[in-house]
Amino acid sequence: MNQLADRPVWNWDVVWEYLPDLWGGMLVIIQATIAGITIAMILGLFLALGRRSQRRWIAWPFAAVIDFIRSTPLLIQLFFIFFALPEIGIVLGARTSLILGLGVHYATYASEAYRAGINAVEKGQWEAATALNLGPATTWQKVILPQAIPKVIPALGNFLVAMIKDAPLGSSIGVAGVLFVARSIGSQTFFYVETMTVAGVMFLVVSVPAALFVQFLERKYGYEAA
Amino acid sequence: MPDLILSGSNYARLMEGLVVTLQVLAGSVILGTLLSLIFGIGRLSTRAWVRRGSSVYVEFARGASAIILLFWMFYALPILFGIRGWSPMLAGILALGMNMGAYGAEIVRGAVLSVPKGQSEAAVALNLTNTQRLRHIVLPQAVPVILPPYGNLVIEVMKGTALVSLITLSDLAFEVQKLRVNSVVLSDSATTPVLYLNVLIIYFILAFLIDRVFKLAERKSAARFGVAPQRAKKAGKPAAGVGVTG
Amino acid sequence: MVTKQPEGRTSESMVRMRDVTKAWGDNVVLRELDMTVAPGEKVVIIGPSGSGKTTILRVAMTLERPDSGTVEIDGRHLYHEEKNDKLVTAGEKHIRSVRSDVSMVFQHFNLFPHMSALENVTLAPIKVLGKSKEEAEEQAVALLESVGLGDKLGHRPSELSGGQKQRVAIARSLAIDPKVMCFDEVTSALDPELVGEVLGVLRELAEQGEMTMMLVTHEMGFASEIADRVVMFDHGKILEDGPPSKIFKQPEHDRTKSFLQAVLQH
Repeated sequence: MNQLADRPVWNWDVVWEYLPDLWGGMLVIIQATIAGITIAMILGLFLALGRRSQRRWIAWPFAAVIDFIRSTPLLIQLFFIFFALPEIGIVLGARTSLILGLGVHYATYASEAYRAGINAVEKGQWEAATALNLGPATTWQKVILPQAIPKVIPALGNFLVAMIKDAPLGSSIGVAGVLFVARSIGSQTFFYVETMTVAGVMFLVVSVPAALFVQFLERKYGYEAA
Repeated sequence: MPDLILSGSNYARLMEGLVVTLQVLAGSVILGTLLSLIFGIGRLSTRAWVRRGSSVYVEFARGASAIILLFWMFYALPILFGIRGWSPMLAGILALGMNMGAYGAEIVRGAVLSVPKGQSEAAVALNLTNTQRLRHIVLPQAVPVILPPYGNLVIEVMKGTALVSLITLSDLAFEVQKLRVNSVVLSDSATTPVLYLNVLIIYFILAFLIDRVFKLAERKSAARFGVAPQRAKKAGKPAAGVGVTG
Repeated sequence: MVTKQPEGRTSESMVRMRDVTKAWGDNVVLRELDMTVAPGEKVVIIGPSGSGKTTILRVAMTLERPDSGTVEIDGRHLYHEEKNDKLVTAGEKHIRSVRSDVSMVFQHFNLFPHMSALENVTLAPIKVLGKSKEEAEEQAVALLESVGLGDKLGHRPSELSGGQKQRVAIARSLAIDPKVMCFDEVTSALDPELVGEVLGVLRELAEQGEMTMMLVTHEMGFASEIADRVVMFDHGKILEDGPPSKIFKQPEHDRTKSFLQAVLQH
């Protein structure tokens, strides 16, 4: 223990030595996030449409599932996908489980954003579609969604930033992201300060520009359509 | 058809974990609320260094990943400062509280800004000190605006408490992981899906209760303090001598 | 004003409403209303707000469903189908099929903001009538030129004045070739100097003869020019019904008289 106490607080050599491994872990995080947000964007729209259904026997289950997933920890959901699903025959790898967990969890957030965007489209647009006898498919595809989606994009950007910060939860199911790598190195070498700090800094380096990008999106898509 | 209900002893274990979860939640919310007030109002300070310092904190704590912060607090902090006997509970409360403080600061800031400027001006006209102005005039009117998003934030923190299971704290998430391992080893009747579903339901009930509490608080505060911000917007042309902004 | 009867028609009705009732909670907006419009007829509906005049147009356009009663468009029931010689509530498919004969122009235009004027007019012909892009565009160009907007084809609604927007809206509705067109206070949201250009288009449409038109409007001068019939609504029922010369010059009911006085005072 004395050795630890005498050791310098910060060891730059350690940083340079493990930087490539840590950055590799960061890339795993980024990849998982991109895959996850894609699922969330698509599934979220589907959930929003289901939630809006006029038929209560469809809308209510959608609302219940969305609410349930949104109100419970992502970590437990990851455990469920990775540990529990195999017992009913669905076996997914760690990375797939992470991506699926992120995608489904954030799809529930996205569905709320989609709902808000769709509700923001003027009632008159729906009436014009009726007056022109456009069918439901055309109405959604050509009239409603093109007006709703731009309003949803800044929110989706925010979810992207949030997801990057949640992706390291994958380390708890063995995904070799930056946190997993940092812990592995730390547990072997006890250089926790260096590894954890570098991991934290990498996050800021990635999430701060991402947040600025979202602000850019908010300005671009924030204007009122005529 | 597998049982959806667990055995009594399993529930007892889970409840022990729940107690720890609630302790972490309480500590984090108290710390987070404190930081939200300090830095939320700090960002509105007239003194530049207070403003900038607060902004730095908010940007940093919001950009940081909660779980990374948590691990850093647990593993790196004690080494860095040479602390012995560092507890995971402290690390958890610090990390979650700091994270919550950053988001809460933005909520407080937005709410304070939504209180009509005229209220502050009236306080100045009555020669109240800054602290009195905040305490008696501005904050009470900001509270109805703070509560709804704040309730959501507390639920997010509640979900975040599950992370402390990863730094060896025996909370609800930790207990369910232990039970899972036990059930595999001892071939307990409880299957893993049933275990996790039960836990998810417990968390859901927790979220539901927090939501109820906040909805109640929202109703009460709107009655006591409430000038809904919408009213300020509809004021239109300010009457002569009254500083209500339209 | 004499209207041309469209070729080959008997004088069955184009729009026939029987016993139509609509209420929102305690507020009864239409009370067992009976109204018939002949093919090619131009009917102007007037009345105080809350009298049900807008609601009756919206019922014809399926924007509101009547609580009871029947609506027929060109001899076909809109809200009911015939099954085994009985009238049952119609399914979506049937409603859509009958609805294709009706269109509507709105007070607030409701143009699609993310499309150009041309695209606004071609959307429905392509998607609903199944026309090819070339056909639809040819027709759209002709229609937009006929309302005086041949030079604004690529413009977005945000780049157009209110009067121009409304003219695009009229062209858009004409493009689906309806038999009945409903006009819901189409000049009420316009600046005064832009009202004339829209009324001009409506006048031309009326003079061409074939279109059955139902208009809710406050423009009494215009109404007396183009209307075959003026119908006065009050509290969900038709109070008076007759040619403009009669209604405007010699109204029978006091309610009509006081309403006209109040409106013409402007």
